[in-house]
Amino acid sequence: MPNGPITPKADAPERSPSQQRLLDLRRKVTDRLATGFAVLMAVLVVAPLLAVFGYLVVRGIGSLNLAFFTHLPVPVGEKGGGVANAIVGSVMILGIASIIGVPWGIGAGIYLAEYGRGSFATLLRFTADVLNGVPSIVIGIVAYALVVLSQKHFSALSGGVALGIMMIPTITRATEEVLLLVPLTVREAAWGLGVARWRATLSVTLRTASAGVITAVMLAFARIAGETAPLLFTAFGNQFWNLNPNQPTAALPLQLFVYAISPFDEWHRLAWACALVLIVLIVGAVAAVRLVASRGMFQGAS
Amino acid sequence: MRNLVEAARFPQKPQPEPETTAPAGRTIPLIPAKTSKIPDRVFSAAMLFCGLSLLTIVVLIVIELVLQSRLSIHAFGWRFFTTHNWDPVAGDFGALPFIYGTLVSSLLALVIAIPLSVGVAVFTTEMCPKPLRGTISFLTELLAAIPSVVFGLWAIFVLAPLLREHVQPWLAKYFGWTSLFSGPPFGIGMLAAGIILAIMIVPIIASITREVLTAVPQQQREAVLALGATRWEMIRVGVLRNARTGIVGAIILGLGRALGETMAVTMVIGNTPQIARSLFAPGYTMASVIANEFTEATGDLYLSALIEIGLGLFLVTIVVNILAGLLVWSVTRGMPARVRA
Amino acid sequence: MGVGVQVEQLNAWFGTTQALYDIAMQVPANHATAIIGPSGCGKSTFIRCLNRMHETVRDARLEGRVRIGSMEVYGNGTSAVEVRRRVGMVFQKPNPFPSMSIYDNVAAGLKLNGFHNRRVLDEVVERSLHMAALWDEVKDSLKKKSGASLSGGQQQRLCIARALAVQPEVMLMDEPASALDPISTSKIEELIFQLKEQYTIVIVTHNMQQAARVAEYTGFFLMGKLIEFDKTEKIFTNPSDKRTEDYITGRFG
Repeated sequence: MPNGPITPKADAPERSPSQQRLLDLRRKVTDRLATGFAVLMAVLVVAPLLAVFGYLVVRGIGSLNLAFFTHLPVPVGEKGGGVANAIVGSVMILGIASIIGVPWGIGAGIYLAEYGRGSFATLLRFTADVLNGVPSIVIGIVAYALVVLSQKHFSALSGGVALGIMMIPTITRATEEVLLLVPLTVREAAWGLGVARWRATLSVTLRTASAGVITAVMLAFARIAGETAPLLFTAFGNQFWNLNPNQPTAALPLQLFVYAISPFDEWHRLAWACALVLIVLIVGAVAAVRLVASRGMFQGAS
Repeated sequence: MRNLVEAARFPQKPQPEPETTAPAGRTIPLIPAKTSKIPDRVFSAAMLFCGLSLLTIVVLIVIELVLQSRLSIHAFGWRFFTTHNWDPVAGDFGALPFIYGTLVSSLLALVIAIPLSVGVAVFTTEMCPKPLRGTISFLTELLAAIPSVVFGLWAIFVLAPLLREHVQPWLAKYFGWTSLFSGPPFGIGMLAAGIILAIMIVPIIASITREVLTAVPQQQREAVLALGATRWEMIRVGVLRNARTGIVGAIILGLGRALGETMAVTMVIGNTPQIARSLFAPGYTMASVIANEFTEATGDLYLSALIEIGLGLFLVTIVVNILAGLLVWSVTRGMPARVRA
Repeated sequence: MGVGVQVEQLNAWFGTTQALYDIAMQVPANHATAIIGPSGCGKSTFIRCLNRMHETVRDARLEGRVRIGSMEVYGNGTSAVEVRRRVGMVFQKPNPFPSMSIYDNVAAGLKLNGFHNRRVLDEVVERSLHMAALWDEVKDSLKKKSGASLSGGQQQRLCIARALAVQPEVMLMDEPASALDPISTSKIEELIFQLKEQYTIVIVTHNMQQAARVAEYTGFFLMGKLIEFDKTEKIFTNPSDKRTEDYITGRFG
């Protein structure tokens, strides 16, 4: 038995006490610096968020009045005017996008969770993730080529197609994830009762996971609600009311863009207001969904 | 053993009459015995169709892009990507300035975003007190939810003046000797684009990095600590080293996003097709030129050239995203969709 | 009334691993038959072959013949869904549908097969819950409480009610009380005792006393083979096969 503490291996460098102290000090300092750096980074990340929000509220809130929400844009130089047509247009475009993207996305998610097997399913999953990364403007070009070129004019429909395509990969992966959380025993209970497979999938499995699916759809919706690039040459924008999906239509983010890059102060004011509305809706929806989800809304998961 | 059954036999109780006794026969009609397999087949075919849609979309994108850019491909060939003459009037198009702009703005964004995202990820997973952790992650995800065009708006009216009046003169004063920070400080330009891009890609890199870091098993950390390491050393050796692949994947994913980002960049990059060494100078990216000039394009060749740029952008982002996907998948075995807020 | 189950030359595989070897058995109608044996002997696999649940597992394979009454379970024209409507199953871990109320849980088998007559559904739900000895405990909150909010024993009785609601002819129970406390267990056993008047029950159990308590017939499985099948009394007092005797007396398993 050695006396005293176990000594380090024979080939460890011999250090004088002062060398050791210096080394320890350096290590401690590095540790503190690293911690400080990380804290600084966290602050720097949160800061722009607060800054953006702050400016939006300060610059935008003054312009939020009834007229803003109910009037059409007025010609340059005149005061007032609103973005009512853009709001309505956005609703229409997003509605079309949802009709296309939601069932398709959920269907693909069901396929991956319930039927998909092996490398083919893996390929599809991977494709979904890669699709998520395709720039929205490229999707816009494709929608242009598919719809605008064949119709020979811009339309809300083409904008909806572009945004709908963008929803699909997000909804697919999220639906698959929640469906896989539903335990096998729930499915077996349904099969054991003699329920047909398709019925069991829809009325039992999907229903059990419904909270998660709704969350996924809302998040996908929030993501495309702020998309501008694909709409630039599909929906194109419109100064007036339009309820016809086959005509060019205004949209809130589009309007924001046009106002922001214009040289007119009045339009800049409107741009801030648009941005505030968009942020409240989108970020509000995302925040709400996250808060509710973190409280364990996934009923069927346990 | 003989009495096993005796001892265990259930005491014969008089059967209590239940309130409603079930009659011996069936009271509800036997649900139709012959069940067709057709609904099941139709349903699974429909689901397969939806699943295949993912592949079809990609194929469709490729087909349409190639189809629509064939005019330009035919006219310019590979020269398109190496010449930097963008002259709509003369009908001569070269995409080099945009490629340059895209690469520089994205790389600049990465340089800024990497320390920020890895730093905040390390902070939230390793250093942060538990109650704060949720809040910071939540805020980071909110950052991801802000639309690009809103960032652009903020960048035009807040970031650009800030750069023009304070940051750029400071940079020019101390670092002007490098050609990176020379030229008149407009505010608008490559630097602004890089910064706003950085802010936008931080949430993506941070959240994937966070997942990757959390996936490192606790034993790794404890093993390093047990050797007498400081916390930073534990993070460096026990966590970051293990998560290297995933972090690289996250960074590449962020790069992919930066390459394709359109609106915010368009609003602050200055939209000038030139190749300049200074970060103060305005530039142009592939996504921006498409956004700006698509609806103004006169003539089929012009439009075709723009779409060819779109094709190039698509190919680049696909390659980058596949690479990123492979790296991240190898660590997390399939990214959950909710990462993309 | 229940019907009998005939099994001939039943062999089952999971991929390349064989789980059941040449099982032959006649399960008598309107009686309870227990299936006993040590862990991994194929008991659960066996009863899952009776209602075609075995084939839901990937790479699962089966050969042989199973008849329930006059229906050929694996016949060419018979669909799995058909079989499962005539055979009820109660699983080891209670699995009520979490997103449905108690009422909807019991009615699920009917509703999901297109049966919507409100009056009849009400009757069936009430009767099934009575049979499962759960009515008194839940009658006030049928539609308000979710199936998952009940205790373990209540959940299992709910699952039994759910299975009974479609009026099967055979009830398969895969260790129905193994996840429950003793009081719930004895309630379930009481239930089985009453149910066998009208149904044919096959119950898998690893608890020999339970088999002795509730079943008239018992089959002993070992390593995928049916070693002995006889009246419960005989199996437990005078088994023909030495392996059965060894198991009963606790020498293994």
